[in-house]
Amino acid sequence: MTVMYCVHCGKGVADADHSRCAAPQSTLEPPRYCAQCARRMIVQVTPSGWTARCSRHGETTSRDDPAAAR
Amino acid sequence: MTAAPHQVESAAGEQGILAVAREQVLERGVGLSREQVLEVLRLPSGQLQDLLALAHEVRMRWCGPEVEVEGIVSVKTGGCPEDCHFCSQSGLFPTPVRAAWLDIPGLVKAARETAETGATEFCIVAAVRGPDTRLMSQVRDGIKAIREDGNDIEIACSLGMLTQEQVDELVAMGVHRYNHNLETARSNFPNVVTTHSWEERWDTLQMVKDAGMEVCCGGIVGMGETDEQRAEFAVQLAELEPHEVPMNFLIPQQGTPYEHLETIEGPDALRIVAAFRLAMPRTMLRFAGGRELTLGDLGAEQGMLGGINAIIVGNYLTNLGRPAQADLDMLNDLTMPIKALSDTI
Repeated sequence: MTVMYCVHCGKGVADADHSRCAAPQSTLEPPRYCAQCARRMIVQVTPSGWTARCSRHGETTSRDDPAAAR
Repeated sequence: MTAAPHQVESAAGEQGILAVAREQVLERGVGLSREQVLEVLRLPSGQLQDLLALAHEVRMRWCGPEVEVEGIVSVKTGGCPEDCHFCSQSGLFPTPVRAAWLDIPGLVKAARETAETGATEFCIVAAVRGPDTRLMSQVRDGIKAIREDGNDIEIACSLGMLTQEQVDELVAMGVHRYNHNLETARSNFPNVVTTHSWEERWDTLQMVKDAGMEVCCGGIVGMGETDEQRAEFAVQLAELEPHEVPMNFLIPQQGTPYEHLETIEGPDALRIVAAFRLAMPRTMLRFAGGRELTLGDLGAEQGMLGGINAIIVGNYLTNLGRPAQADLDMLNDLTMPIKALSDTI
């Protein structure tokens, strides 16, 4: 999957300032925007993980993202 | 004649408010007054370790060594009509959180995962002003399904402001504890929420208490409140006599009015934890959201040794926490036993 958009702010990864997205508190945030189309996703956080659903690109979970898995 | 606080010295060599607290809170179990809490909050940093040590002694004396472990889940996320300025789930602010409902199988799975950590408490939370018929039905069906799954974990709920009829319904469902945070001092509440009042929240808490449910009521620090207001909040909570006080530290949420607030410093957070313990010696004091950012791993340990005796493990409602196992390992390292389910029945 090509990451084109920041999952925290929804802006292009190459054409915006992402200093806030890289701040420590972002590690406490699940993805909110689809990395492929920047649509705002429906996110469900559970005690041990998260699920994020894009209406066009489907579902990703914390299991798909070991670095972010909780 | 009573000696002025600065003239008091304890057998442990403490002076001033710490000596007063040792005699009043540790020995007699009487919580600090508003003025005394303020004095604690203004202790110089050189006395922080002594303060934490005393708060830990108080916790051990009046609550014991056990730690209650809890998991929480949001059954209805986002789209809330209220304007709590700290909350990313308000539908009135341009936050990235979209509305979502957790289905029954998802709720059962979350409860099972929570129980597997050794937690004895599972709190079902909804971002609403108060529950409607659909939400009450979802909670009823969810609790039934959790029990049919063979899970006997204690179930708490946090569904906003309630009517008497809804309180009675929750009791009938077997909900043993209800969370409804006052969030901040009464004098600061209008700066934080304008769509309902502190008094409305207080009324729900009184109904819950009168119905025999355990009351869970805390708040968030770091929302621009003064030390005076933190002291005010501590004694207002003490007056309520809640079974549990969850302590959150503000995580500034994108799109909310508090997006640009700075998080409070770790030593200040620890000072507040200890001060709340000295105001409420017998109350369960729980580490909740924001500790990862405000205190980090080391600060969390200091908090556990500074008055805290309960903890939320795993993720929160919309934010992530650290892995549950990391907290369980911390409790093991601190030789603090996890409260068993049989102790809560």
